Amino acid sequence: MRKYLKLSLFVLMAVALVSTFAIGCGGGTDEEKEAYKIGALFSTTGSQSNLGVPEENTVEMLVEKINDAGGINGHPLEVIIYNDETDSTKCATLANTLIEQDEVLAIMGSTGTGNTMAILDTVTSAEIPLVSCAAGLSIISPVAERYWIFKTPQTDKQVVTEIYVYLQELGITKVAIITSTSGFGQGGKTYLESEAAAYGITLVDNQTFGSEDTSMISQLTHIKGTDAEAVVCWETDKGSAVVAKDMQTLQFEIPLFCSHGIANQAFIDAAGDAANGVIFPAGKLLVVDEVPASDLQKNVLTTYRDEYLAAYPGESVSTFGGHAYDALYMIVEALEDMDEGLSLTDSRSAIRDNLEQITNFIGISGIFTMSPTDHLGMQPGSLALIEIVDGTWTVAQ
Amino acid sequence: MSADQFFQYLMSGLTQGSIYALIGLGFTIIYAVTQIINFAQGEFVMLGGMLSYVLAVEAGLPMPLALIIAIVVAAVVGAAMYLLAIRTARRASVISLIIITIGAAIFIRGIAGNRFGVDTVSPPAFTGSGSIKFLGAYIEPQALWIIGITFLVTILLYLFLSHTMVGKALRACAVNPGAASLVGINTKAMALIAFIIAGAIGGIGGIVIAPMAMASYNMGVMLGLKGFVAAAVGGFMSPITTVIGGIVLGIVENLAIGLDWGPFTSAYKDVIALVALLLILLIRSGKLAAAERAG
Repeated sequence: MRKYLKLSLFVLMAVALVSTFAIGCGGGTDEEKEAYKIGALFSTTGSQSNLGVPEENTVEMLVEKINDAGGINGHPLEVIIYNDETDSTKCATLANTLIEQDEVLAIMGSTGTGNTMAILDTVTSAEIPLVSCAAGLSIISPVAERYWIFKTPQTDKQVVTEIYVYLQELGITKVAIITSTSGFGQGGKTYLESEAAAYGITLVDNQTFGSEDTSMISQLTHIKGTDAEAVVCWETDKGSAVVAKDMQTLQFEIPLFCSHGIANQAFIDAAGDAANGVIFPAGKLLVVDEVPASDLQKNVLTTYRDEYLAAYPGESVSTFGGHAYDALYMIVEALEDMDEGLSLTDSRSAIRDNLEQITNFIGISGIFTMSPTDHLGMQPGSLALIEIVDGTWTVAQ
Repeated sequence: MSADQFFQYLMSGLTQGSIYALIGLGFTIIYAVTQIINFAQGEFVMLGGMLSYVLAVEAGLPMPLALIIAIVVAAVVGAAMYLLAIRTARRASVISLIIITIGAAIFIRGIAGNRFGVDTVSPPAFTGSGSIKFLGAYIEPQALWIIGITFLVTILLYLFLSHTMVGKALRACAVNPGAASLVGINTKAMALIAFIIAGAIGGIGGIVIAPMAMASYNMGVMLGLKGFVAAAVGGFMSPITTVIGGIVLGIVENLAIGLDWGPFTSAYKDVIALVALLLILLIRSGKLAAAERAG
């Protein structure tokens, strides 16, 4: 018995030795440049899976496209994608794995505001650039504490402003808000409350719900008891769909406004009939056919939509995939401008510096010009006000 | 709060409560027979909901057939879970078996996410989709289905447990498993039956809830938790106390939104429900301790 153990140990060691040698040789003779490794954290399962899945799909599609075109300055691009299951603890652990084990140059994600907030300290102390695909303004503000953090989607504050400007145009002054207790919902709630007065709007009711709740009838009954002229809901597709359906059940006669969190087919599928008439601000991707040809984004939007639909037949484009598109191409642009042969630490800070200098980047969500005081850099005019009519998106009149 | 609003809160509480009760029933029956708290109960509900959509909408089967298959599959999964996971570990302590049910829940959820996809789906309502007005409250017809079916399942379960030989044997296992096996009751078969019934009730819950509350592969987590609370409020004792527990929980949750006690807005509805649970458990454990001292 002992003898066999010794023998097998010997064989094992021999195999290990040979394979190390082989790898060593492979590295030496290989003329190809070393791959640029990027990490990505997306919520491809759990309550935000409708956002995370198109993000993952987009990144996989674009990495293939970039590598087919010869990579970045000859370096192949490798993106390591982990699923954080919409769980902030899991997200924090995976961020550490990306930084310590995988030794990536930069991280994109996570999908949601809550999960992104959970990893800010980790990436900041590890001094690695992060480009988040989540909405919350608190992700990049205050900018002094967010030296390493960037993001691509419109902030909740921008979207709130867009809705309030529209309500003001309609002459609506009394509004009821219903928000989720998720990070996204609470971010929206903060700005719905703080910005209302500036647009002459009074909040006559302020209700909340859990993102896994199955009925919002009672909260809406409370709202129905007020003299609200419009309802604003802040949550991603699932919760917003329940609100829309329950408003239909209660036979509400006032309009429902939603956040950019419902900018996907999943909302329309889940809410069915009740989706019609819902108005929300979102990137122009959903109404790309109505975007005038003179728009600088038109070409980028059309190309992305056509490529996505060709790569994933039977699916539909969503602005969430667009957030990942913007994040990935910004990192790629930062990598293109990076010097060769830097150490891991130097590469990470070079990428950060380059991200901060991005100018007139034409993306899916808008046109971006970053600066040391603005780590989103989205230029005005990036949002369209969209209305759901007969189960499809059109520009609201 | 106007009378109309009060009835609206009450009806919505009754609907939500019936959902909790229906899920709680599954917890109660397995606990009574095996002392196991089955944390995969919410997953049986999810299977019912997701399968009703997959079979009726995606595969295009006639609605009644799709619903029956969904219930049968949930019951079969209940049986399989008992035979493959619980019975094979029968020497393990009850705590270990409970942990096994958590593992089974994660397993079932994972398979479902993989097979059915991660999107939230909305199966068609059993009858009509418009809402009807009743005592000043708007109700979806589906809510009446939920309340009615909960009522029916409770009655049937009660009759089964008190008026059939198998039902009486199940109750015997619940009261005293040792004595039950001494008089010739096959306790293992009874445990299997309990899992099948719990699976079927979960499946029924899933098919009636899904048209109103929508279905997704991860809906079981939250619903399982609420069902567990319902069963705990009812003391895991009988179907009747569980249903009362569920309905009380649903009504408390929804009235809490309407009452507007100072700072207690809808943000506190779960807090209010959980404080109610804690109070009930405290009172109950006090009573139990007193009974033990007296006995």
